[in-house]
Amino acid sequence: MIVCTGCSLLCEDIELVLKDGAISQAKNLCRKGYGHFQALFIERTRPMIDGREVSLDQAISKAAEILKSAKSPLFYGWSNSTLEAQAAGIDLARRLGATIDDTSSFCQGILMELVLTGKVPTCTLDDVRNYADTIVFWGADPSNSHPRHLSRFAYYPRGEKRQKSYEEERICIAVDVRKSATARLCSNYYFRVPPGQDVEFIESILAVLDGKIPRFGDKKRMIELGTVLRKTEYGVIFPGLGMVYSLQEKMDLLVRLVAKLNEITTFMVLPMVDHYNMRGFNQLLLDETGFINRVSFQGGTTVHGPEQSVMAAAKSCDAALVIGSDPLSALPFATARALAKTSLIAIDPRRSLTTDAAKVVIPSAMYGLEAGGTSLRLDGVKIEFEPFFKTELLSDEQILARIKEAI
Amino acid sequence: MVSAMEIYQLLPREACKECGYTSCMALAVALLNREKKLEDCPSLLNPKYLDKFKKLKELLAPLEKASETGLIIHPEKCFGCGNCVVACPVNVAAEPTRCAVGLGPQGERVILAVEDGVVKCMNIKECKRFGPNRVLCNACTVTCPSQAIEFV
Repeated sequence: MIVCTGCSLLCEDIELVLKDGAISQAKNLCRKGYGHFQALFIERTRPMIDGREVSLDQAISKAAEILKSAKSPLFYGWSNSTLEAQAAGIDLARRLGATIDDTSSFCQGILMELVLTGKVPTCTLDDVRNYADTIVFWGADPSNSHPRHLSRFAYYPRGEKRQKSYEEERICIAVDVRKSATARLCSNYYFRVPPGQDVEFIESILAVLDGKIPRFGDKKRMIELGTVLRKTEYGVIFPGLGMVYSLQEKMDLLVRLVAKLNEITTFMVLPMVDHYNMRGFNQLLLDETGFINRVSFQGGTTVHGPEQSVMAAAKSCDAALVIGSDPLSALPFATARALAKTSLIAIDPRRSLTTDAAKVVIPSAMYGLEAGGTSLRLDGVKIEFEPFFKTELLSDEQILARIKEAI
Repeated sequence: MVSAMEIYQLLPREACKECGYTSCMALAVALLNREKKLEDCPSLLNPKYLDKFKKLKELLAPLEKASETGLIIHPEKCFGCGNCVVACPVNVAAEPTRCAVGLGPQGERVILAVEDGVVKCMNIKECKRFGPNRVLCNACTVTCPSQAIEFV
């Protein structure tokens, strides 16, 4: 049994058979996880300096040299590393006075902050399976992003109080801009929201819950939705990136909606985190500094704000350490270009646009298969995993320790 | 998926009864259930129905891939989400501590399991749709987000 690190569900029931150095059989692994592990065998990184292959020691020394001489280094990535590696990274950032940020900065950060600071109630996925009777996927399509979400926790499995599960006792609601693969499974409970109009949609639900006529959308359908939400015993909202990007600074509306629903019944919120340990990094940094991301330790003080986000810091930093992430592909062009122009150090098991543009590339072991550790699942439950096979490659944590030693 | 009516439309509809059935519609249903073959209709072999014969051959070609229960899996469409594995009543009965609570199966008694990222079908005789006294269960098809599973 191994743990899949393909998404934040961290499925623990995976059975793998290796033959001649390749996966010959994988049981219970979804298509996304299978692709994630198969990719291990292609396009692995090699230790490099300026596009020239070097020894691992040389690459680590060069990385240490760059970071040591940098005045304002940026540490970015972290969502695809274990808690141990993240703790080592935060420690190194503190020591070097670096700015540290992770992928939540332009992803689920705003919502995750509300969840981790207790401003919205949350629960575990096991609670969802055992008690939930209404599940709302809002701006999320787990069938594609977290393929086993519905089958392992949300909709189909039988739970302690939901023995008849999807057949009689659970309702799945999808709120999305298009009829996604998940929305197709929700039969009558798919609500289409035009892009960017989630604010109006929430206001309409609030109006319905107050017994008023909704202004937005099909009035009959909105009243029907209000009735379903009112009759719920234990509801869970899974907001995806679609909702977070649409609401942005108006996230207090979601807080109002959840508070209103909790006056009537029980409703929880669980953000659909994508990377397998993004929540882990947010939790660690929150415990250490009081902020979930965008933190600068420059000058021995802890500063948090938009200036410390990867978008701004990429333009002002003189060196960047990117770990387990590909910001050059994912971030806006101006940020990617600024990052590419700095002295970029990339720690990654596989080749990416970022490793191609990096000054120093340090190959790392792939978590789940080649390295073990601890991670926080989407719902904050700690999952420990052991490596499936041994490798000579160092884990992120070991690489960071070596860099720290060299500095 | 092809329907009995589509097959019926392409049959000669001469009601010759030489196939052993009382009507061409009954033969169409038998063809759909793969109990008879196109060659069992003597009128269809007449050269004047050659076009219809070819069209029927084309229409019935996907059915050849179907299992004995009429199940067809399109692996290229499958996400490997395992919804069907968890929803299938036979799987749930076979592994109440695993499939029923969302975990992947471990034993060999299940009908559906996810392997190499896509769903695979096994133990077809255990399926509720198997045999003459079949129950038209559709737990695996209605729970599929990508229409990767269908029944004839």
